[in-house]
Parts: sequence; C-alpha cells; structure tokens
Amino acid sequence: MNNSVNSADVHKAIVAQQKSQDRKKMMVNGVLLLLLLAAPFALYPVFLMKILCFALFAVAFNLLFGFTGLLSFGHAAFLATGGYTTGYLLSNYSGLTTEMGIIAGTLAATVMGTAFALLSIRRQGIYFAMVTLALAQLVFFFYVQSDFTGGEDGMHGIPRGKLFGVLDLEDNLNMYYFVLAMFIGCYLLVQRIVSSPYGQVLKAIKQNEPRAVSLGYNVDRYKILAFVISAALAGLAGSMKSVVFQLASLNDAHWHMSGEVILMTLVGGMGTLLGPVVGATFVVNVEYQLAQGPLRDWVDPILGGIFVLTVLAFRSGIVGEIQKFIKKNIG
Amino acid sequence: MTMIFGVPLAVLSGQLLIGVINGAFYALLSLGLAVIFGLLKIINFAHGAMYMLGALVTVVLFDLMGVNYWVALFVAPLLVGAFGILIEYFLLRRIAGQDHIYSLLLTFGVALIIQGVLTNIYGVSGLRYSMPDLFKGGINLGFMFLPYYRAWVIVVALLVCFGTWFVIEKTKLGAYLRAGTEDSQLMQGFGINVPLLVSLTYGFGVMLAAFAGVLAAPIYSVTPVMGSNTLIVVFAVVVIGGMGSIGGAIITGILMGVIEGLTKTFYPPASSAVIFLVMVVVLMFRPNGLFGKEA
Repeated sequence: MNNSVNSADVHKAIVAQQKSQDRKKMMVNGVLLLLLLAAPFALYPVFLMKILCFALFAVAFNLLFGFTGLLSFGHAAFLATGGYTTGYLLSNYSGLTTEMGIIAGTLAATVMGTAFALLSIRRQGIYFAMVTLALAQLVFFFYVQSDFTGGEDGMHGIPRGKLFGVLDLEDNLNMYYFVLAMFIGCYLLVQRIVSSPYGQVLKAIKQNEPRAVSLGYNVDRYKILAFVISAALAGLAGSMKSVVFQLASLNDAHWHMSGEVILMTLVGGMGTLLGPVVGATFVVNVEYQLAQGPLRDWVDPILGGIFVLTVLAFRSGIVGEIQKFIKKNIG
Repeated sequence: MTMIFGVPLAVLSGQLLIGVINGAFYALLSLGLAVIFGLLKIINFAHGAMYMLGALVTVVLFDLMGVNYWVALFVAPLLVGAFGILIEYFLLRRIAGQDHIYSLLLTFGVALIIQGVLTNIYGVSGLRYSMPDLFKGGINLGFMFLPYYRAWVIVVALLVCFGTWFVIEKTKLGAYLRAGTEDSQLMQGFGINVPLLVSLTYGFGVMLAAFAGVLAAPIYSVTPVMGSNTLIVVFAVVVIGGMGSIGGAIITGILMGVIEGLTKTFYPPASSAVIFLVMVVVLMFRPNGLFGKEA
C-alpha cells in the first residue's frame, strides 16, 4: 500500500520534471526561432541562406550516418542533382514557378537516391561508403560531360522567379524566409522521423544490425527508406541552393563536397539533431572567415586539421560534447 | 594500314599500351590499399597523397640535390614510408579498435592537409621531371612503337606486385602478418611485437604507393593534386577486385587499366567513368567483388 503511493508520487515527480524540461526546450526553441527570424536584419541574408542550405544538407546526411550508421560518401551526387535539375528547369521553362522547380529537383534526387540505395544496400560499413563514393563519381562524370550542366563552367543565371507565382524571390528577404520555412519544416520532419517507432528501428540497426535482424525487422527495407529520405532532403538542399545563388556548379558534385558534409556532421555532433546544423554553421563560417583573411589559401589544410582533431579528440562533436558536459556537471 | 573494328591497329595497340601502364599503376596502388585494408582494416584515404608524395619527393630531391632516378626509386619510398609510419604511430594508432569508418575520416583529413600544404608551396601546375637517359627512345615492334620507359614501368610494377603477393600469401613472414592482425593478443602471447608489425605494414603499403609515384614522375605531370582523383579510381578497383584480396587487387588493377584504354579508343566520353560503371555491374552480380572471399 505504502509502496504504491510512493511509486505514484515518483511517477508524478517524473512527469513534472518531464514537463519542466519540455518547457525549457520549448523556450530554447522559441528563442532560436526568434533569432533566426531576426537574423537577416543583422547579417547578410545570402550568407545566412548558404548556412541554412548546408545545414539542411548536413541534417539529411546525419539521418543516414548519425542515426542509421550508414556512411554515404556520395551525398554530393544528390546535392548536385537537385541543384542541376531545378536550375535547368527554371532556366528553360519560364512558365514554371519556383516551387515546382524545387519539387522537381527534389524528386530527381529521390529517384537517384533510390537507385543508389538499391545498389549499395548489400554492402556494409566501409564497403558501403566505397560503393556510394563510386556511384557518386559516376554521376560526377555524367555532369562533367553533359551539355546542360555547362560542364566546368557551371550553370549561371538561374532565375529565382516567383513563389506560387506571387511572392517575388528576387527580394533577398522573401527568399530568406522561404528557405528558413523549408529548413524548419525539414528539421521538424527529421525530428519526427527520429523519434518515431521507425526512427527507433533505425537506431537499433545502427547499434547492432544482427540483433535488429533477429528481432524480425526487414533491415534492408528500413535502410533503403532512410537512404531515400536522406537523398531527397539533400536534393532539396541543392535545389534551394541553386535558386538562392542562381548558380549550380560542378563543385557540388565533386567528392570533396561529400567529404565536407561528413565534416560538418562530425564537427557538430553526429547522431544529434542540432549537431549537423551547428557543424554546418561552423564549417561555412570557418571557410568564409578564412577566405577573407591572409589564410585564404590554407582553407583545405585547416579543414583537414579540424577533421583529424575531431576524429582524435572529440568524436561526439560540438553538440555531443556539450551534452556530455551538461550531463556530467549539471545532471 | 590494318584496321580492327574501324580503328587503326597502331592506335588500338597504343591505347592498349597506355591502358596496361595505367593498369600497372592501379595495380600498385590498389595493392597497397589492399595490404593496408586487408591486414589492418584501415581505409587509407591518404593513399593518393602518398602516391603524390612519392612523385613530388623524386622531383624535389632532384631539383635540390640532383638525386637521380635510380636513387630516388629507393629513397623516395623509404622517406614516404617513414612518414607513413609516423602517421600510423601518432594518429591511426589512437583510433585502433574503433569503427573502421574513423580511419577513413582521419586519413581523409590527413590527405587534405598534405595536399593543401603542398599546393600552397608548389602550386597546381605540373612540375617537370626528365626521364633518365637510359630510357630515352624505344623500340619499333612493327605494329607499334614501345618507349623503353613504359616497358620498364610495366615490368618493374608487375615484379613488385608479384613479390608482395608472394611474401604475404606464401611466406612465414606473411603468415605472421595475417595471424597478427587476425588475433593480435594471441600473437603477442607468442612473443611477436604486433604494434611494430602494424606500423611496418602500414609503412609498407605507403611505400608501394610512393613507389608508384616515383615511377609516375617521368611520365605524368607531377602536381600536389595528382593523387586525389586517382585515389577514387583506385578505390573502385579495390571494390571490384574484392576488398582485402591481394591477388584480386593486382589482376583487377591491370584489367581496369586495359578496359579504360579500350574505352578511350572506341568511346572516349565514357573513358573516365567506365571503371565506376564496371564496379556497379560487378556489385550487382557479385557484391563481394570478383575475388572477394566472405560477405
């Protein structure tokens, strides 16, 4: 009797604590949202949009690597495919509204992601990484040689157009809020996916794939779906990027880009929701700041150094290390 | 002039020769990767940088001290190999036993550093390196002209490849190596210094890459970025051959060089992509690669 009253109290206390934590989280999110909404008045919107596009790219990549444990070394292919498809359509079909172009780019990346997933899913770990890398390389060569991409010169002068045929995206502020809305939508989607039963299975696969198999899950199907969603979101990031910059270039398809998104995710903290966002912000900023100063030519070695340091010293990344610190010291 | 499938014989055999030479480089490089991966389970993304270092050290040694080709053939791989051992000792050792993916990421970072620093020093335009006098000229085989140097590259690359395969698969030292990486604690118990073995193996794999670099110096343009794209091709070769398969790496390397050469003759636009295409096809039917052992 006594015992059950006690456990009810404990339960109440846990619920109350949960609620206060939720409230804290809500507050943090609210502050972040306000900051994001106000940001273009303090900082250059195009720069902010660049960060948001790369953050989305990293969030997409992290769904696969951080939560499912699949290291794709070919995500540049999806970024580029989204960018090129959207760029080509918007440049050549003036009747097309911007959101249609972006949807088409996302779809193209989704289709390509499905093909990649079906081909690479049979291998695991680094083999999987190598296969995705080679497939992305195939895509890269295709884009180098195709006429519509402009080869080495890239695709220029992509019109931003009007959103829903109404909202003029040539205006940086309009464009920013559109990109921000898309980003937040995708972020919430990934958050939802990760905390859903489906996301739990993904984490189970990451932790111990044979165990997930023995529990009766069709692991391959889960992995393929995660890959396809990740590719779609990466494609969306590329599509938006090409609209923002009015440019799609071969850089996005190069395997260095696949490496860069790994770096962003790793530095920010893989397997955390906010990590890739922080990582992308960090890397884009480092690149930008370095490009302004006397260390202009040292971007690559410095990024390489960050890579080495992260792998050696703080593998949980910025967000992961902060979480660890909070857990240890504040409880 | 004799024509084969609408292509003059001389052109065809010329492309085949280039294919075999590229194949010899692929074989040397993928062999090094396979040794490092097969024995140490390290994905060496710095392999392309090591290949480049081999070539660059050759050129720089010649420019600074007049070190000739024959000396460079030994000295450059030793220097680069020693550098590799330092990387193993100070960096890779710290992540031993972690997920293999971290070795990939770590060496990728290392490659970025090496390549970036050297690009700042030497720029991206090719450095010149003239071939030793002994190799000037060539012989006319009747249907084609075979430059001496290219013949030498093929012969010496094959010899080194075969030698490496022989040592690892057929000798006692190779058996120790394979056992040491299979169960390092047991081998430690037998009194074998496994960490040293690991360092030396990594160093040796790196030496193979640097050796390929020295061979490449007189015929390819030597730049700090020469390794980065070659590396991706070589990874594809290793995947096709079956990761970790020593013999598979050698055979597939040469085969892929030839296929690339033939594609260049008959359908040039696809020549840089054909290896990746082969890889996709092979993986569809044999996910473990042509010579891969287990799943």
